[in-house]
Amino acid sequence: MRIACIAFILILAFSPADAFEIEAKRSYASVEDGSMLSIISTADVEVFEPIIFEFQKRHPDIAIEYVVASSSEVMRALHDENASYDLGISSAMDLQTKLANDGFTRRYVSDATSLLPDWATWRDRVFAFTQERAVLVISESTFEELPIPSNREDLIELLREYPEIFDGRIGTYDVRTSGTGYLFATQDSRNTESFWRLTEVMGRLNTRLYCCSGAMLADVASGKLAFAYNVLDSYANSKLGDTPGIITVEMDDFVSVMLRTAIIPNTVKNYEAAGTMIDFLSELGNYPELVEQTGLPPVEARDSYESQSVRPIRLGPGLMVFLDKMRKESFLRSWVNSIEQR
Amino acid sequence: MRFLLVEDNEELAKALSDRFALDGHVVDHAPNLGDAELRTRTVAYDLILLDIMLPDGDGREFLRSHRINADSTPVIVLTARSEVSDRVGLLDLGADDYITKPFDFSELEARSRAVLRRLGGAANNSKEFGGVVFDSTAGQITFNGHSEALRNRELRLLEIFFNAPGKIFSKSYLMDRLFSFQDDVSENAIEVYIGRLRRKLQDSPVTIETVRGVGYHMTQKT
Amino acid sequence: MSVLKPTGSIRRRLVIQLAIIAALLSLAFFFTVRFVAEQAATDTQDNILAASATSIADAVYSEGGAVRLELPYSALSMLGTISEDRVFYRVIVDGETLTGYEDLPINEARNASRTPLFETMEYRGDNVRTATVSRTLSVGNQSRTVLVVVGQTRLGLAAISTRITTTATAVGVGFFLFATALSAFAAQNALSPLNKLAESVARRGPNDLRPVVATTPTELVPLVSGLNSFMRRLRDALNRSEDLIAEAAHRIRTPLATVRTQAEVIHRQMERPKNRNSVREMIRAVDESSRSAGQLLDHAMVTFRSDQLETQDIDPKELLHEVVDRLSPTAELKDIQIDLQLPNNDFSISGDPILLQNAARNILDNAIKYSPGETEIVVRLIPSDTCRIDFIDQGRGFADADIRNLTKRFSRGTNVNDIVGSGLGLTIADDVARAHGGKLVIGTNDNGVGACVSLVLPLS
Repeated sequence: MRIACIAFILILAFSPADAFEIEAKRSYASVEDGSMLSIISTADVEVFEPIIFEFQKRHPDIAIEYVVASSSEVMRALHDENASYDLGISSAMDLQTKLANDGFTRRYVSDATSLLPDWATWRDRVFAFTQERAVLVISESTFEELPIPSNREDLIELLREYPEIFDGRIGTYDVRTSGTGYLFATQDSRNTESFWRLTEVMGRLNTRLYCCSGAMLADVASGKLAFAYNVLDSYANSKLGDTPGIITVEMDDFVSVMLRTAIIPNTVKNYEAAGTMIDFLSELGNYPELVEQTGLPPVEARDSYESQSVRPIRLGPGLMVFLDKMRKESFLRSWVNSIEQR
Repeated sequence: MRFLLVEDNEELAKALSDRFALDGHVVDHAPNLGDAELRTRTVAYDLILLDIMLPDGDGREFLRSHRINADSTPVIVLTARSEVSDRVGLLDLGADDYITKPFDFSELEARSRAVLRRLGGAANNSKEFGGVVFDSTAGQITFNGHSEALRNRELRLLEIFFNAPGKIFSKSYLMDRLFSFQDDVSENAIEVYIGRLRRKLQDSPVTIETVRGVGYHMTQKT
Repeated sequence: MSVLKPTGSIRRRLVIQLAIIAALLSLAFFFTVRFVAEQAATDTQDNILAASATSIADAVYSEGGAVRLELPYSALSMLGTISEDRVFYRVIVDGETLTGYEDLPINEARNASRTPLFETMEYRGDNVRTATVSRTLSVGNQSRTVLVVVGQTRLGLAAISTRITTTATAVGVGFFLFATALSAFAAQNALSPLNKLAESVARRGPNDLRPVVATTPTELVPLVSGLNSFMRRLRDALNRSEDLIAEAAHRIRTPLATVRTQAEVIHRQMERPKNRNSVREMIRAVDESSRSAGQLLDHAMVTFRSDQLETQDIDPKELLHEVVDRLSPTAELKDIQIDLQLPNNDFSISGDPILLQNAARNILDNAIKYSPGETEIVVRLIPSDTCRIDFIDQGRGFADADIRNLTKRFSRGTNVNDIVGSGLGLTIADDVARAHGGKLVIGTNDNGVGACVSLVLPLS
């Protein structure tokens, strides 16, 4: 506990004033005296907490400090500001990949990571532990009278046919601020020609932009939004799974599957504990209750998905293309032009 | 008895003839095979002494034709060759015995005797003197219906006396006849054999007397 | 054989040389595979880097007087297909970095060319392979030079290289071991005719001079025909010397016979004991030389026949009968009784009848010679697990010290200086016994004075 406190103070003391922004921070004291593991993560505290509890049950000597930040802030902390964390967890695969590519990560190999499927690791530096899908979350009440769209073309048709119903009632990530949103948007743009038309149609209908999944889902549940586009199914399932009035829909043209990954930054202080956590996350599938509780689908070694439309996003240098300064600028410019037409 | 000596060496033939004559045998000498064949056709010999290397051929050829003609006359081969290499050929070709040159005459004599005895020929080889019959082939003397066996040296010694009854033989002459040149014996040895003969002739009408200063002779008991 | 100095085994030399060749081939294989594979891997990386750089260069365009780039997704993703290596890129327009890693080194001397230039350098702590392409782009009325550098670390390449090295090593070592084992087998195989030949020559005994007729590999034909020709010459030489001895014996013996006979005649005519003794000595000398010649010839014959032993089944009883018959006249001259004791049952031994007869005759001849007159010699055949023939005389026997040496050539007992004999008799008998796998045992008569010589032969 004392160590945790000191670490916290040190982090505060050395963080520059214009440093990355964090959304939340929580410390979990160890039962026994031991080391402290500091984690910077994009996952909300509520989502990740069960994992921490389960982890500490097994490793009572490891205290944990859990910091939540947006994916771009995580990137900023680790890439630009050299902030010291033992583990970086992010749903933004592209940023994690760039961290690993640009030499900001430490290599880690263990029995557990060697059991992960090839596609779930990159360079023994990026380790996926969940695979989460981008889904359409719709308000049940809104679609009572309407056909539920099964692909993006249907969705465009629907929006064009009933602009009055959907005007101002569409939600999606603001890709300028949400790393996950940007990842899904860029993958959509690669996967389908419909993406820009959809974005344009959505822009005409005054789509609301969100930074985070939580608020977006709450608005769908309340009926404020007719649907939210490209929401992580894990959130939908964990937070609102038992909430009446919302339905998650998987598009049958394609479904992007994102990997939530962990890296060990170069600034690691407790490499050993970080490795222990990565091992634990790698074996998430061994804890079905935990999976149930968090709604995080663990990485599974499987060769094919139930449907041809499932498009897992692969780790690798290709992800860095949309992080290219110029490419990102032009993508965002196009996107903003499409989504903000007024 | 009558022997045929087939030998191209004149000196050897002469010496052998002389030596056999001492025993009372008649020896015809054939210096070559042609001569030998002529003689065998006309005379029945008791024994043939055959040299192997002859001026007009190989003695073995003679031996072969001799046996092919079913001539039963015994043949002793005189050879100057190896014992091992010649032995088979000679005996297989029908030689009764062989002797390697140079040889001790007494050995030749002994072999001749053995051959004759073995073949049972020379039946008429006994001599008689004063009522004692001496059979050199059987190796015994008979008198008064009683036979007495003789050992070899006794037999040979007695034969000398029977060949010339009454003749006086010197000690040295007898020794030469009785012992080979290999035997180292003193002149007294002859007395031992004279003594033995005397004992065997004890009950006979014949005895061997000492002629003091000269030698011995066989006489009838007076 | 003891004079031969082996200079090393052909087989070992063959195996070692083949192994060295195999090792060289393995090494050559190893290095070739490694070189080719690494070259292939490098070429593959270079090709992809070039493709990536070219696709980026192609994606550069001008828009409103500015140079812009739509980084193609495939430009970087294609680099991820060969390995999980770090990827860097940089696009420079007229010296200004347009996008990418600003600190990625670039070859300033680069001329405008679409032919990619490859370099290997250190960047961000890793060995990086880069491909650089350049193109010119008209922006408005200006011509601008665009330089695209794409780099990739070589860890995957190193991993591939390690894997290839490991495989090449394993295959090389495997090939070496396999080839060495094969060459050992091949050498063994190739030399087996030689071994067979050596065995067949060795088995036949050192003096078997028949030509080798075994099937012979072509390479060995000169050796074998040389050997055969040598043996033929040796055999001819032996035959010639055999003939020579026989002829010499004849030439010497005939005049000796004359001399002896004449001497005998002279001896008879001599009166004075002194003269008689001189002639007597002369005759004894003649006898001795004659006997020596005979035994030498016999010994030569025995040796000759022993080396090419032609065996047949022999009835030892019949053999002894013949020998005793043959020597009886000689024995009788000295009034020596030969008592031949034979068992009732029939049995046979395997051997050369002439040699065995010669051996028995030599032993018996010796016994007669060294026995005093009027004694008895027992010739006794005792069959048990061997065929044992005892010759027991009542002569002076052997001095103990002599027994060991008696069968050596020309050796005579120390106590027989006065008896004619070359000493070869027992040597001949011993040679014959050995040639038949038996032995000659020399001892003393258990029942009093005299010698007991035993010829022990295996039963057939």
